[in-house]
Formats: sequence, C-alpha cells, structure tokens
Amino acid sequence: MTVPSSSTIQTTNQVGLTKADYKGAPSTLCQGCGHNGIAAQIVTACFEMNLIPEKVVKFSGIGCSSKSPTYFLGRSFSFNGLHGRMPSLALGALFADRTLEAIGLSGDGDTASIGLGQFKHLVRRNVPMVYIVENNGVYGLTKGQFSATAEKGLYLKKQGTNPFLPIDIAMEALVSGATFVARSFAGDPKQVKELIKAAIAHDGIAVIDIISPCVTFHNHENSFHSYSFGKVHEEPLHEISLVLAREEITVDDFETGEVREVTMHDGSTVILKKLENEYDPTDKWQALRTLEEAANNNWLLTGLLYVEPNAPTLFDKYNLPETPLNRLPAEKLRPARATLEKINAMMF
Amino acid sequence: MNLNRMIENDFCITFSTINGSGSATANITLMRALFRMGIPVSGKNIFPSNIQGQPTWFTLRLSKDGYLARVQEDDIVVAMNPSTISKDIDALVTGGVLLIPDDFKINGEIRDDIVVYRMPVRKLIKEANVTPQLRDYIANMVYVGILAHLLKIDMDKIYQALDFHFKSNQKAIDTNYDVVKAAYQWATENLEKKDRYITAPMKGTDDYIMTDGNTAAALGSIYGGVQFAAWYPITPATSLAETLNEYLPKLRIDEETGKETYAVVQAEDELAAIGMAIGAGWGGLRAMTSTSGPGLSLMTEYIGLAYYAEVPVVVWDVQRVGPSTGMPTRTSQGDLTMVNFISHGDSQMIILIPGSVNECFEFGWKAFDLAERFQTPVIVLSDLDFGMNQWITKKFDYPNLPMDRGKVLWEEDLEKMLEKTNGVWGRYLDIDGDGIPYRTVVGNQHPKSGYFTRGTSHDEFANYSEDSVVWEEVFARIAKKFETAKNELPQPEILLEPGAEVGIISSGSADPAVIEARDMLKAEGLNTDYLRIRSLPFSDEIRIFIESHKEVYVVEINRDGQLFKLLTMEFPDIANRLRKAAHMDGLPLTAKWIKSKVLAKEEK
Repeated sequence: MTVPSSSTIQTTNQVGLTKADYKGAPSTLCQGCGHNGIAAQIVTACFEMNLIPEKVVKFSGIGCSSKSPTYFLGRSFSFNGLHGRMPSLALGALFADRTLEAIGLSGDGDTASIGLGQFKHLVRRNVPMVYIVENNGVYGLTKGQFSATAEKGLYLKKQGTNPFLPIDIAMEALVSGATFVARSFAGDPKQVKELIKAAIAHDGIAVIDIISPCVTFHNHENSFHSYSFGKVHEEPLHEISLVLAREEITVDDFETGEVREVTMHDGSTVILKKLENEYDPTDKWQALRTLEEAANNNWLLTGLLYVEPNAPTLFDKYNLPETPLNRLPAEKLRPARATLEKINAMMF
Repeated sequence: MNLNRMIENDFCITFSTINGSGSATANITLMRALFRMGIPVSGKNIFPSNIQGQPTWFTLRLSKDGYLARVQEDDIVVAMNPSTISKDIDALVTGGVLLIPDDFKINGEIRDDIVVYRMPVRKLIKEANVTPQLRDYIANMVYVGILAHLLKIDMDKIYQALDFHFKSNQKAIDTNYDVVKAAYQWATENLEKKDRYITAPMKGTDDYIMTDGNTAAALGSIYGGVQFAAWYPITPATSLAETLNEYLPKLRIDEETGKETYAVVQAEDELAAIGMAIGAGWGGLRAMTSTSGPGLSLMTEYIGLAYYAEVPVVVWDVQRVGPSTGMPTRTSQGDLTMVNFISHGDSQMIILIPGSVNECFEFGWKAFDLAERFQTPVIVLSDLDFGMNQWITKKFDYPNLPMDRGKVLWEEDLEKMLEKTNGVWGRYLDIDGDGIPYRTVVGNQHPKSGYFTRGTSHDEFANYSEDSVVWEEVFARIAKKFETAKNELPQPEILLEPGAEVGIISSGSADPAVIEARDMLKAEGLNTDYLRIRSLPFSDEIRIFIESHKEVYVVEINRDGQLFKLLTMEFPDIANRLRKAAHMDGLPLTAKWIKSKVLAKEEK
C-alpha cells in the first residue's frame, strides 16, 4: 500500500529542484555501510518535502556517522563539531535563524557515551531539529570497539565478550521528554525515508534511532545491529507514510479502523497503517512499555514510537523577533547613547 | 611615629564577620557613604567558599591619593567574629583601633598600643524595633552608626546609601537607619574619641561610579550588541551572566516590535556553554560565554576548534586560584599561559586583559568587534578581584567606534564578490592579503553561500583535505591573521618617569598596586617606567619598552611568572633584562610587596 504523493513521481519538486540538488560529495565510507543508505534517504526525503537546501543546516559530531553530512545536501551549511557535542553547537546556531530546518547526524558512539548528557539536554529543551542516530553498536573509525549500545554477550574480535547491557537511545529520548521518537532499520529504506519526512514535519526534537549495520567491524549473523538479523527480525509497529499539507489524502486502500492519522504542527499528516497489533504513538506509557518489552526480548521493533506534535519548543520560551537574530542591524543591537547616562546613574 | 597627628582619609578598616550574617549590607553602605563624601575608597571582600557560618573579612581602604590597591595592615578592625579575634588584633598597626561588641571575651591581655572601643550591640538591638529573625542582620548597623560618629562620616550619605541599597523600600531603609542613628547617638553620648582617624569630605570621586567588574563586563557586552550568551554557574563568574539577565531586558527590547534582540541560555555544563556560544558565533551572532578556570579547562577542545575553523566567540575568564578547584573565592592571574596555549596542536588566542573596572566595560564591547574582525575566539582575562569586589571607577564611556561585524557576506555582497572573482569564492581564501578570509552565515539564501565547517583539515574552499601542502598553507595563513591582529588590538598603556632605567611590566588587577608601588619607589629615589599590557599577541611596543630599559620587572599574581615566561619566549634576545616578580596567595597584590621585591633586587 502506498499513499500517492504527487512529488514522488516528478523529476522536479514543488520548489523547482531536482534530486541532484540535494546530493552531496561521493561517500568515503565503506561499501555497503548502512549510513550510505540513510544519506540517500535523507536526499529523497528533503526532495519530497520540497526543502530549499539553503534553508537546511546540518550538524554532526565525530565518528563515521558524523562524517556523512558531507554526502548529502552539498549546498547547505554544515558544521561538523566535536565528539558528542553537536547538540550544543546546533542549539546555539539555531538561535541565529529560527526559520532553518536542522538535521543533526550522530552515531551511537557520539550520542550514547560522551554525548549522552548533551543529547538528553537537547531533548529536554525540545530544540526543533531532526536528530538521527546511525546506530551500529560499534566504533568504526577506530576499528571495532564496543559502543554503549552493543548488546550484552556480543563477541567482537580483539574485544572479547561485552559484559554490559546496552543503552537504548529511543528509551533515553523518551524519558527525557522527547516529542518525537522513532526507531528504524537501514535495511528498510522506505520506512527510513518516511520517518525522516515525518521528523522534518515535526516542530520539536525528532529523534530517529536507526540500526545501521557496520559491514566491516560488526555485521555478524544474529547480532542485533547486523543486516541479516534486521532482515529477518525487523518488526514494524505500523506502515508509516507522510502526506504533505497541500496534498490530498487518499486512503481508499485502507480499511476503516486500520489507519491512524497524526496531524503534525506544519499541517502535514502522518498516516500509520496498522499491522499486527494496535499501536498508539501518542501514548507515552505504551511507548515505554513497548520499548521495555522489545529490549527484554531482543526484538527490533521499528516505526514511530512516540509523537507529541504541539508541544512548545525551545524558541517558544523566548520572545524572539520575526527577523532572524543574525540579520538584525547594528542599531537594533547597541542601546542608544542616552541610555548609558542612565546606566551610569544606576551604578551609584 | 607621631601618634597625636590626625590621619584624614588615608586608612584602612577591616570588618571581621561571619559569612551569611548580613554584614555585606553594612559594609557596602559605609563604602558608598564615603564615596559620596568624595573620598576615594576601595573594598576587598575576603570570603570563604561557603554559604553560612565561616569567617569573612571586608577591608575598606580610604585613600585621599586615590590608591585602590589592597594594603596589608589594618588601621581599624571591627571584630564581629569571636573565633578570629586574636588574629584580627594582630593585624592592627600601632595606634590602631579595635571595635568589639561589649559581650566579647578576649583571652589574655589586649595590646596596649591600640585603642579599644566596646560596642553595646546586644543592648542597642534589643531596643530596636525589629523582629527577632532580623536582629542578627541588623546588628551590623550598630558599627555603622558608631563608626559614623568616631570618623565623622556624613549621616545623610549613609541614608542615601541605604536608600540605594534597598531600592527606596522605606520600611527596610528605616529599620536599618534607625539602628544606625541609635548607635550614633549612643556613641555621641558615651564614647570619648581617643584614636587619630578621621574622615572629611573631599572632591576625589567626581566623574566616578561605584560598581564591580562583572557588572561592567556584562554592560559592556550589552553595548557591544551581545546576541547570544550561554553560561554555567561558577564562582567568581556567575554574576557576569546574571547581570546580563538583569540588564538585557532593560536595554535590548526592540522598541518597534517589543521583541528581545538577544537570547541567554543557562547550559548544562561548560562543555555545552562553549558549544552553544560557538554555534551561535558561527551562525553570525555576537556570542559569548563567561566562566572561570575549571570551566575554561572544559572548554579547551571547542576553543581549539573555533580557532582552526575560524569562528568568532568571546569568552570571559574571571580568574580564581587554581589548579583544580583551588581557592574558588580568591583571586589570581593564573590562567594566562593556559589561555595562551589553550588548544592541543598549535594555536593562538587573542587575549584581552582589562586593567580596571572601566576597562571591563570597554573590553566588553570591543571583544565582539575583534572576534568578528579576526574570526577567532577572544578571551578576556578578568579576575575575582575585579569581578566581585566593589570599585570606584570612571563612568562608562559610550563606544567610540561603530560596530565592526567583520568580513561577512550576505546575498548581495556575495553576488558582488563573485562578479569580481569570476565566480570563485572560498570560505578560507585570503582575498585581501591580511590573512582574514570572508565568511557567510546560515540563512544566506545565495546558492553558493553554503560551506562545510569542520575541525578536520580543510582547504581554502572548506573541503576536507589531508594534503600536507594544503594543511601548511591554510595554517600559515591563520598565523598571518594574528600578525595582522597584534597591532590592531588594545595597545599597551605606557607611563614614563624622567631618567628611569628600571621598567615595570604588568597587567590586569595588578595595576593598582603597581601604580602605588611606583610612587613608593620614587619616594625612595628610584624612578620607574611602566608598561601595562592590555592584549596578546604582544604588541611591537613591548619589545621597544624592554629594549629601552636595563631591567624590567614583570609583576603578576601567580606562582610561576606566567607573563614573564611568555615575554621570555617572545623576546629571547632581550629576555635577560626581564625580572620575575610573581606572587600569589589568593589575595590582591599590595604595593608594599612590589616595592620590596624591586628594592631587594636593585640594592644588590
């Protein structure tokens, strides 16, 4: 089942750009790396969402995943910051111009270890941006050490057996008050793309934890972060698609009662087609319980775990002008001469 | 010594109290009253890293000659803390004065070369019309009234000071002033003046205001157009950010739209505070953070990235005693070498060192111009002495230069640039030959405006490159930028004496002690020239100054002589003229220490 979308079948989108306008430099990551597939889906998602590349800003930390913003949206501004500290960089930069669409790209090494604090504080502040974690359970650039999301009992050459329970990024996001939490699998490109589109449509922090296998250091059969495991064990909660605000929703294919719609802040609609079980992504308690069950049973549950479309964002807590702060002229920034006399008088 | 001669407007009072007891109000009231009498005063608060119950001292120096440095000896001690009383008495000069509550018991004999006045604190407070909870706080007003009588401090000025302190809250003013009056009355009727200290109105504070360096820095930043500040609480820098929060809503609401032209974020830690500030600076905002040593240690990696990726940001380091947690509530100039070499790899920082509270204001706005002009971090080294103590200082001057936003290209600028350069623009291209490239910022809609900022090696077009030649070229160009910068930064302040062969180099809050020490040395027959460094990289004028003196003392508040070392590295061929004069015990430097340090060497 697909929801027809006018943009997908055209070579130029509503802002007159082709897919090539969203591409970046050729990837230097390993052949078959999950991250390359995700980069391709970011390109398609931005094309289909009719984003203007100059209105998008990319952020990343350090690691294989954080290198990948080079490989999409070559026309957009991008800042590749420090390990685990992309959230603070993004937060500061977004104050410069709130009209920008921000895409943060991180990995499990970047987000779940040194970055855990900044990640959770970014989430807690509901900074409006897409935050993708390309999660492969392993440090790739340093050649194959356990990351904090590696499952207990995982065996890696040179490392031995991992004795610790993994950190669940989606769970961390949820308990920190995230307003959009999803999990996906790089081997399911359509779902990845639709989740990214929904994340872009979301006004607030949108966390997508994407299991993205490392083909070089961690792709053993039956390990949680491998292609083979995902191909066999991925269990989508629903079939997700995003319909833009201006598009007509044609849900004739759906049986009544099988479809759940979530209206996003920008007027678009997330359509979730029911699969085996009922799942309500606006129910945080169900999301937490589902994640706990998945963790206990080693299930790769994917889909939109939780969404709260209308929560106030960080910027709603400030009284900022319509004009982007970085375009305010000097006369708006330096108080008039006469005010300084008053200030001097206030000092004693 | 003639103990009969009266000493007017030239002595030092130390208030020894218990922290959290409300003595700060009494002390600052006296300081303000003296200031309003036209007497140059300075106040040094020596306080513990503690909220309540530990000893704390406030020293008030009156100086008809305008000296603002700390002095070591006390002329008058107001001893309100029984646990430190014997130490406090020891600090008194011969002929000094001790004021103690009349119910304090002192073990052994009190020195017979001092004057002792006993204050009926308990009695006067009992008679005052205050609730029991307020009694401890108000007790300090007793010594205000008694000192007012003994020293002839103008009671009207005390009232004005209380009116200012309590923001015209009449009940609070009256509650306090009633106690001051009662104590004054009691002293008039019961105390016979036996000491030689006296105040008299003078005209020494015209055009001066009274404030602290953190307030000045925050206000200077506001007049510099700060648009984004991220911070994390840390002594002694906290009040800088809090002052931003206090004054930004008063000064920076857009009159047309009613909107805020700024944003302040309390970050989760200093790692995040600097990340946010650098993100904002990259985005084209005038961005800053304020911290102290431990916070700065956490910021080092991001500052290194901002240096190499060429992102403007302003960092205020209000120095305290380190390393580690050190003495959080004591002052030092111990971060200089750390800041100068703050990143791994080769790096250079623009460092500004204000030498007065007024200059904290000036560097507050200037730091943004320099950061944006040179697209690099600017670190302002203040310290606890400036930051948290009250100072008399010249009124703040309105910025005398228009805002310099540096080489920023918006859509039309970029289009014009591309017409001139055959469509070629690179983020890190040195078009003007001064080492400073042009930059675009987020939100620019020109299709060629975007670029990829990274801490990894990059070419002139911001593309990733591991080419050795590319690395060397870009890195050499960044170094050139600092060559351009060094003579455009605030230049040294130089004071000369006729025939001086000895020079002094100093900076920051060591300045008041150097000024006084030079007068002392002159009185001993040793004329000195003085150069106060206001910025790094070092100006060419510093070389000339060293070259023109046989010996140059480098006076600073740290253990190792950090400024001395940096000067030695910068000027190895003339470094044998430099003399290290470094001292750090957590307290502001005294002129006496400098004088004896210089004389000890000169007399050899």
